[in-house]
Amino acid sequence: MYLYDEIDQALVDERVVQFRDQVSRRMSGELSEDEFKPLRLMNGVYLQLHAYMLRVAIPYGTLSSEQMRKLAWIARKYDRGYGHFTTRQNLQYNWPKLEDLPDILAELASVQMHALQTSGNCIRNVTADQYAGVAADEVADPRVYAEIIRQWSTLHPEFSFLPRKFKIAVTGSQNDRAAVKVHDIGLIVKRNPAGELGFEVIVGGGLGRTPFVGPTIREFLPERHLLSYLEAVLRVYNMLGRRDNMYKARIKIQVHETGAAEFTRLVEAEWDQIRDSAVDLPAGEKERIASYFVPPRYEISADAADVLARHKREDAGFARWVDTNVFAHKAEGYAIANISLKPIGGVPGDATAEQMEAVAALADRFSFSEIRITHEQNLVLPHVRKDNLYALWQTLKSYDLDTPNLGRVSDMIACPGMDYCSLANARSIPVAQAISKRFADLDRQHDIGELKLKISGCINACGHHHAGHIGILGVDRKGEEYYQITLGGSGAEDASIGEIVGPALAYDAVVDAVETLVDKYLAIRTEGERFLDTYRRVGKDPFKEALYGAA
Amino acid sequence: MALLKDRQVVTDTWTHVADDAEVPSDAPAIVSIARWRDLRDALGGRNAPIGVRLAAGDGPDAVLDDLDRLDLIAIPFDYFKDGRGYSTVRLLRERYGFTGELRAVGNVLRDQIAFMERCGFDSLEYAGGTEASRALSAFDDVSVVYQTAADRRASAASLRNHPSKAFSNGTSG
Amino acid sequence: MTQQVISANRLSDGLVVYLASDDSWSEWIARSEIATDEAAADALLARAKWGEENRIVVDPYLVHVAEYDGEVRPTKYREFIRATGPSVRPDLSKQNYVRAAKG
Repeated sequence: MYLYDEIDQALVDERVVQFRDQVSRRMSGELSEDEFKPLRLMNGVYLQLHAYMLRVAIPYGTLSSEQMRKLAWIARKYDRGYGHFTTRQNLQYNWPKLEDLPDILAELASVQMHALQTSGNCIRNVTADQYAGVAADEVADPRVYAEIIRQWSTLHPEFSFLPRKFKIAVTGSQNDRAAVKVHDIGLIVKRNPAGELGFEVIVGGGLGRTPFVGPTIREFLPERHLLSYLEAVLRVYNMLGRRDNMYKARIKIQVHETGAAEFTRLVEAEWDQIRDSAVDLPAGEKERIASYFVPPRYEISADAADVLARHKREDAGFARWVDTNVFAHKAEGYAIANISLKPIGGVPGDATAEQMEAVAALADRFSFSEIRITHEQNLVLPHVRKDNLYALWQTLKSYDLDTPNLGRVSDMIACPGMDYCSLANARSIPVAQAISKRFADLDRQHDIGELKLKISGCINACGHHHAGHIGILGVDRKGEEYYQITLGGSGAEDASIGEIVGPALAYDAVVDAVETLVDKYLAIRTEGERFLDTYRRVGKDPFKEALYGAA
Repeated sequence: MALLKDRQVVTDTWTHVADDAEVPSDAPAIVSIARWRDLRDALGGRNAPIGVRLAAGDGPDAVLDDLDRLDLIAIPFDYFKDGRGYSTVRLLRERYGFTGELRAVGNVLRDQIAFMERCGFDSLEYAGGTEASRALSAFDDVSVVYQTAADRRASAASLRNHPSKAFSNGTSG
Repeated sequence: MTQQVISANRLSDGLVVYLASDDSWSEWIARSEIATDEAAADALLARAKWGEENRIVVDPYLVHVAEYDGEVRPTKYREFIRATGPSVRPDLSKQNYVRAAKG
């Protein structure tokens, strides 16, 4: 993974000093809250329902064991012993004190971490495929480009006061595990017929109040022009994006209202002016960054696969975990291990300091000290030799990290919701917990198969409910918590926005409703169909009728 | 308001002239873009320097035809969230080669001035709460930059890849 | 009858606090001063602004409350969560934490 040089380190160290001074000027009164708020947001510090919240950036979801141990240490010393992994591959602490934040940021800087630009109207953490560098279906490691974009976007002097937040995601595979089509800019790494590397560029996707699957504005952008093209897009957005209404200020609105063709014309005209300028990265710098993303020294073991097969035969619980949570690796004898942060009845995406430390130790033992965070709020050990999976799993068990539910109905995305977030209209976590418990039976989950259920506590859609096979949106109806169900959404390469199935349901009715929908699917599915496939085949009506009765 | 130029507090030789006030004929004057459009032929021939204050959100096209007649262009930042001026000033300096003074005006605060300098402003009408000479330290807050911009500071990439540089590939600091 | 109290976040640590009758800020809603009409509510808000100007709290605002079994409780569920802690973490309830902090 990328390692800071003196320049990268200087930047984060100096920002800590700058923030310490800003906090001190706030405490002394030299800065009012109105003046301080945008400054603290640029360092990822929110004021939430119960306390401040610090959102730590985990660039493209890649973490070293040393960094994970530091996150655990901070949770213990400065917070309440846990953290929450988010749908943008970041980590949130819910209880830091303002007066401690400069010290927390200094601790993060000591392990090459920061909280820069995880909030505010600027370019946010660039997310990527959690299997980057190890998936067999990959064209090239997207993290090289994510790191290039991270540096270019950090304290960019022209783009720090955009109309709204700006989110970029990169995938290196046609199997999109990074949800690039519902981001402000999505990039798909590909090769042209001549074999040269480049990107399909998608602009104007997004969830929230007005969800859109983004249009492709350029089928192939040569690799070397990545930054000049992004600069052209951002400049068109910065100058012409709406600023009159914060609910209409994302680039997706601009693309939609301008029209994709005209928007593309504006971007290409701007790009023409800068495509051969100093904006683009010198080739040497790209090679330098790429050199950090080479595979580790895999150890070939001739019988690794056989050992795994034997362990599976001997332990049915282990076999079940392998079947759901372990993914094929590009290197012979290796596997990708997914660690579920969705124990039955647990808070989705939360991890205690002890669990973080356990994962760090397991990464050291089994995964070349590397960990990934997924946008679905789980963890990954990306380089596990097959004959080590059993020992890994046994340790995971003792930390309640062994739930074999990847992609199953209990592997839900849930935002923090009204239990933590001042924007929320309803709670999301207890709904997730209740659904999880209703479907606790693993055999039943396995029979249902892949079912991506996503819950948001408000229309801002941090829980990605629009992109859920089943989506649940919390709304406030006369002071009561109500939930609107959508069906048929997807954040993958077949991206689609879920359709509202009927009137919102009361809190007490939601779990039964989900069960009714699942039962309907089971009753009408054909061989090999996932829930999403059945929905796309039969449409909304059979499900609507099952929930609300015949029209 | 304190005028910052070349990272110092300096005396301002310019005056902002209200739309209904008389424009002094022998002193540097900044008028609104609306007034400039009304009076440009009259004002364009004067001996004393003339400057124009753009409206919020004006891009370079508002003054492209007049670049060789203007001595100063002022870009407003009345609301800190409105970042359009950062693009406008870059284009005026880098693309259209404006050689006069580019000035940031309005509610210019301490934590914006480093960005403004990078984008090409020659002068800043500083309006923040911190005393002006202390606000100057903001320029030094962060000593490294990743991007190229109007100020021609060496980007991280250029420092790393300079032929004489000792940094080598693949290792940390 | 409308009963209202003032809630805010403490600047230094971000925790939820309520304005008490001695103008101190308490983490316990039970200690909050209750305004029983609009004039009293306006007066409370004015006193709360002093706390904001003097950098004790951030964003004070009025919260509707009512008495349930002798206990002061917000009428809106969000405010109840603010007063007591995340509903999904009873171990992090305000009572546990404030008591623990007081030793």
